[in-house]
Parts: sequence; structure tokens; C-alpha cells
Amino acid sequence: MDEVRLIEVKEDILSDNKAQADGLRISLKAEKSFLMNLMSSPGAGKTTLLMKSIAKIKDDVKVGVMEADIDSKVDAEKLVAQGISAIQLRTGGFCHLDANMVTKGLEAMDVKGLDLIIIENVGNLVCPAEFDTGAVLNVMLLSVPEGDDKPLKYPLMFTVCDVLIVTKMDYLSLSDFDLNAVRERAKKLNPNIKIFEVSAKTGEGLDDWTDWLKNEVTTFGK
Amino acid sequence: MHELPVTEKILDIIVAHAERNNVQKVVTINLNIGELSDLEDEWIQNYFDYLAKGSVAEGAKLVIEKVPVVMNCNGCSNTFQVDIKEMKEMQCPDCDSKDYTLISGKDYYIKNMEVV
Repeated sequence: MDEVRLIEVKEDILSDNKAQADGLRISLKAEKSFLMNLMSSPGAGKTTLLMKSIAKIKDDVKVGVMEADIDSKVDAEKLVAQGISAIQLRTGGFCHLDANMVTKGLEAMDVKGLDLIIIENVGNLVCPAEFDTGAVLNVMLLSVPEGDDKPLKYPLMFTVCDVLIVTKMDYLSLSDFDLNAVRERAKKLNPNIKIFEVSAKTGEGLDDWTDWLKNEVTTFGK
Repeated sequence: MHELPVTEKILDIIVAHAERNNVQKVVTINLNIGELSDLEDEWIQNYFDYLAKGSVAEGAKLVIEKVPVVMNCNGCSNTFQVDIKEMKEMQCPDCDSKDYTLISGKDYYIKNMEVV
């Protein structure tokens, strides 16, 4: 019997993805295109929030959207119907996007001249949190009907996001959702997280979010 | 849920190292995975068993060591471990600061492998 040897591997499993994501950030910075990654549970309202947000900023910021879903193209069709430039990526069963998929998506888009490219990630609070997409801003959407316990159940997602948007605020009075508890729980996991409270339906809080985003995109392009 | 792509990467890395080191068979792979990851150890092994068929790593056992969540206090530079699952009031045990940065717990790392 041959003797067992120990070989040091010392490799990060996700280092290839991280390197590709870093490369993407550098090339998009040169193009002055701001890449934002939007994540949430299915049904939190990512597409609706995007439509309302883009309507507010489209005169100042040229926006393109990359929709990712396991199947179907309904999300991209909704955006295109509103005159928004969008493509649909079908992940074919994959539960998340990684930097490689985003790179391929960008190749299929007309990126030149876009100030803001938004990735609408697969609706899922687990897997997208693990994979760097190359975005310079990670945004998470949490809708009031989902409940205030999400930071307890999906802590990683809250640690990787720069921004948390609590949405469907118009439901707040109908629910026992504890907004302060969410703020506290999210801040505990990520003291630097920026929190917005929005209702895409009534427009409440939307300007705070879109003004902030517009400013980030404009500063990035300078 | 995303065990499959992660497992594919593990196998790629292991096979590359095995080729460089004239390995006949990989017996054990020692991994460090952060407690913040939602990977199921059992599923990583199941996927690995499937993917590694016919390769030098067929039948290898994955030994996963969980890496605790550790924060670095931005107030006094003290490091402290936290139990994310319990979500207790989190603050630096030394200076009570609530301003801290995550330094481990998101790890995905292959330490070494035992081979013949």
C-alpha cells in the first residue's frame, strides 16, 4: 500500500469568480458604467421597483437592465414595454448569477454609453449572496409582507449588501412588520448598510432612493 | 442550493493539483467553509461523488471545517467571535463599540488533500 501524502492546496474556491468580478469592475470603470446588482426573494417587487425608479432618473442617467431568471422572459418584456433597454438571461436552473454569466450578458447588451447597468438577480436570498457579480453596488429589496425576520434567516445576504430597500411600505399598517427591528437586525449584521423605505405603488420614499442612486452614478462617471 | 457550482470548482482545483503532483488517488480533501455560508455538507459530498466519477478524486472524502464568524472592532481593533444564529446584542466585548467589520465567516477555502 502506498503511503498517504499531504499536499497543501491553499486555494480559495471562489477565487476565479472573484478575479473575474474584479476584472469586470475595472473594465466597467473605464467605460464609466455603474453596475448595480439587485437581489431579493421572488415576488418582493424587483421589477416594479426598477420600472418606477428608472422612470424617475431616465432623463439624467442612461440605464440598461439585465434580467436573470431561471426561465421565462416576462420581466424583460415588461421593461421593454416601458421603453427601457433590457435583456433577459435565462440561467437554466442556476439559482444565482456569477461574474462569468454577467460578462456574457454584458457582451449581449449594448453597453457603450450606458451610465447605469442594473442586474436583476434571480429571486433568492441564499445563493446570489455568495457570488460576486462584478457590481459596484449591491442592493437588497425586502418587502413588508415577507416579514421582519429575514435578517435572522438570511444573514449573509445582509452582510454583502450596501443598500437595503424596505419596500411595499403601503402594507405596513396592515401588518405586524416591525420596521425598527429590521433596521436594528440589519445594522447589527452590517453597520454600514444604508436603508431606504419605499412604496413603488404609492411613490412614498421613492425620491430619496432615486436621488441617492442618481448621485452615486453621477459621481462614479466623473 | 448552489452546492453544485461550488463543488465543480472544488473538483477543478483538486484535479489540477493532483496532476501537478503525480497523484494516483485523492483520499481526503480538507476544506474551510465559513459559518455564514448556507452550504449543506452532505450535499457537497453527494455532488462531489457524482462529479468526481472517473477522475483521480473519485471516492475522496470531503472533510469540512466550519470557520466561525469573527468581527474586528473598528473602535479598539479587538477581534471577537459572534454567534450569528442567536443574533444576540452584538458589540465589542472590550470597548462596547457597535462599529465592526467582518473578517471571517464567508470562507470557501481548500486547505490540503491527502493522496496516494
